[in-house]
Amino acid sequence: MDAPVKEQPKEQLKLIVSIGPHMHDTESTSKIMWTVSGALLPATLMSVYYFGLPAIMVILVCLVTSLLAEAGMQLLLKKPVTLSDGSAFLTGLLLALNLPANAPLYIPFVGSVVAIMIAKQLFGGLGYNIFNPALVGRAFVLVSFAKIMTTFVAPVSTFMALDAKTTATPLVLLKEEGMAKLLEIYHTKAALYQDLFLGNRAGSLGETSVIAILLGAAYLMMKRYITWHIPIPFIATVGILTWVFGGKDGLMTGDPILHMMSGGLMLGAFFMATDYVTGPSVRSAQVVFGICAGALTTLIRLKGGYPEGVMFAILLMNCFAPLLDRGMRSRVFGKAVAQGVKK
Amino acid sequence: MEATSLKAHDTFSGGVHPADNKYLSAHKPTVAATIPKRAVIPLSQHIGAPTKPLVVIGQEVKKGEKIGETTGFVSAPVHASISGKVVAIANFPHILGVDLPAVVIESDGKDEWVAGLKENPDYNMLSPEELKKLVQDAGIVGMGGATFPTHVKLSPPKEKPIDVVILNGAECEPYLTSDHRLMLEKSKEIVEGLRILMRILNVSKGYIGIESNKPDAIEAMNKAAAGSSDVKVWPVKVKYPQGAEKMLIKAIAGRTVPAGGLPMDIGVVVQNVGTAEAIYNAVRYGRPLIERYVTVTGRGVKEPKNFLARIGTPFSQLIEEAGGLTDAAAKVISGGPMMGMSQYTLDVPVIKGTSGITVLPREEVSTKPYGPCIRCARCIDACPMKLQPSLIGVFIEKGHYQDAKDYNLMDCFECGSCTFVCPANRPIVQWVKKAKKELAKKKN
Repeated sequence: MDAPVKEQPKEQLKLIVSIGPHMHDTESTSKIMWTVSGALLPATLMSVYYFGLPAIMVILVCLVTSLLAEAGMQLLLKKPVTLSDGSAFLTGLLLALNLPANAPLYIPFVGSVVAIMIAKQLFGGLGYNIFNPALVGRAFVLVSFAKIMTTFVAPVSTFMALDAKTTATPLVLLKEEGMAKLLEIYHTKAALYQDLFLGNRAGSLGETSVIAILLGAAYLMMKRYITWHIPIPFIATVGILTWVFGGKDGLMTGDPILHMMSGGLMLGAFFMATDYVTGPSVRSAQVVFGICAGALTTLIRLKGGYPEGVMFAILLMNCFAPLLDRGMRSRVFGKAVAQGVKK
Repeated sequence: MEATSLKAHDTFSGGVHPADNKYLSAHKPTVAATIPKRAVIPLSQHIGAPTKPLVVIGQEVKKGEKIGETTGFVSAPVHASISGKVVAIANFPHILGVDLPAVVIESDGKDEWVAGLKENPDYNMLSPEELKKLVQDAGIVGMGGATFPTHVKLSPPKEKPIDVVILNGAECEPYLTSDHRLMLEKSKEIVEGLRILMRILNVSKGYIGIESNKPDAIEAMNKAAAGSSDVKVWPVKVKYPQGAEKMLIKAIAGRTVPAGGLPMDIGVVVQNVGTAEAIYNAVRYGRPLIERYVTVTGRGVKEPKNFLARIGTPFSQLIEEAGGLTDAAAKVISGGPMMGMSQYTLDVPVIKGTSGITVLPREEVSTKPYGPCIRCARCIDACPMKLQPSLIGVFIEKGHYQDAKDYNLMDCFECGSCTFVCPANRPIVQWVKKAKKELAKKKN
């Protein structure tokens, strides 16, 4: 008998075959990166409003250098160039918002090169870097050009910023001269808080305006791109610890509101500590990450050599993110019960 | 009917909300598909030992005649789904993507039942053992897609008493509406099937879990179960994968199946509503499992429909009867888009676990490359088993299978929620399947 012949398909149908799921939601890495960049728009606009043309220059240099550095490094490493994923743009923007407006333009340039080429690409590129690239870039220029990087200008009245004059940030004043000096300048606490909230103070470009940062952060939270697990414990820890230990007249006499609204805390907590790649991804680990970063920030602010500690706190905690993730794994469905049931 | 008219709260933690697209076929009453001229009936349509053929080429067979005999306890016999002549016994394309042994029957057009099917109008008089025997002989397997032989689930060891039976009518898989239609059209049979299951297992609590996006099915089942205190219809929250056994048990019974364990470990047996209907047919009319509800749907077919199709009907025929493929059709999936398997040929036949055929047009099929994991934690939030899919994926990508296993790889049941939400488009489920295979190889 003839062996059964397998039938050939009548028409050559071309079907796509893959392992499921065959559906996908609409999120993508690039959409997330560009949306986060967009959420920084209020802070960026406020920085231009307060610091004028110099702010625009710093931002432009950071963005252009970051994009060029990313493309150049990827070409050097013979990897596909992935500028469109928005991650280099976001790093450049975040770095710019962490620099003083009066910085000479080689500083944003050097910072961006270090951030992208060393902190990001040499560690393996997007997804593999251990430390937040923008913060590494900032740390590098901070220790390299310490004098310039700690000289801030007060908000200016003209776009050309011809009237820019250097002044100390509220945290420096608080650390070096105390609350009395701050009140001398701002007259009342209410006025001080109001200026901090609106951003009318000396500081890095994007860190000054609390309201602008909160607007962007609220949008990201609404989109569920970030959650409360890192930023809220971070800020709350700084608030509590500075209230307890931050006062000159003993315990519980600190000013938590001043501490929470000044320095780079808001920007750092909502936009830097929440970086997916360099933070933990297990929710409980994120809370621990936030609390530890808050404690480190307070320690540096109150006892360290620098007036501000958000950057170093986040960078230090970045080291622990993988450990936290591995140590605080969520309990697998049914695992705990298993011990009781197994016979 | 308005899908939001019913609010259910019982569910599990995690999960995702893919667009269900059930409106394409949910409102269409089931039609009987044409009896295939040529039925390709795989000898293995279940998890467990394949059957060995009882027929030879040239032999005449009748509908319902046993053509494949079990070779072990975890196995289920296979029956002829049409009457006619056996023309081939060889390897034919199977929905698993490989060629597997099958019996090919050419129809004689008479569609005659085999003699000796025993009707049991008073099946309530039968003993649990007799009932179980009927289920086993009818070749019934889990019809939700897992195809685990039903009689095995009905034979729990003595030290694991069962006190709850749950029928799974959640149908959380997008697109598919076969269970939905079955619950509307065969509600009485399903409830009777559940009662038979409860008798076999000596259980007094029976539940029918249905996602609350099917209020008409909930109503129909409620009506069918009316007046009995033993059977409860239980609406559950609309969320994928609500119909996964462990998630459904959690939602309805509030019990957690231990990791690596089975529902019977916590006294529960879950069966698909289709399985219950097949059980009723087997017990009441002595009919083996030779046909089932199949949804043919998706924007890649011209007229999505629900069919009552014979086992062995080729996909190509059902697709033709659903108006044929559209020009844009690009992916044919056995099952739904989340857990279904894409096919390379339309020659594959409907088997006992085929709940639907979903055809996606080109624009709904992503062939984008994947990027690096950015550790956004979306997969961790979505995982119904509370695993860390991101980390498991990274391990497997680098070939570290044992590390993946240490991170609970084996607890993954491949629902695809992680892959569905991954912004970097990472094929986590594919990697998980690969790692499980690699680890199994190492073990042997």
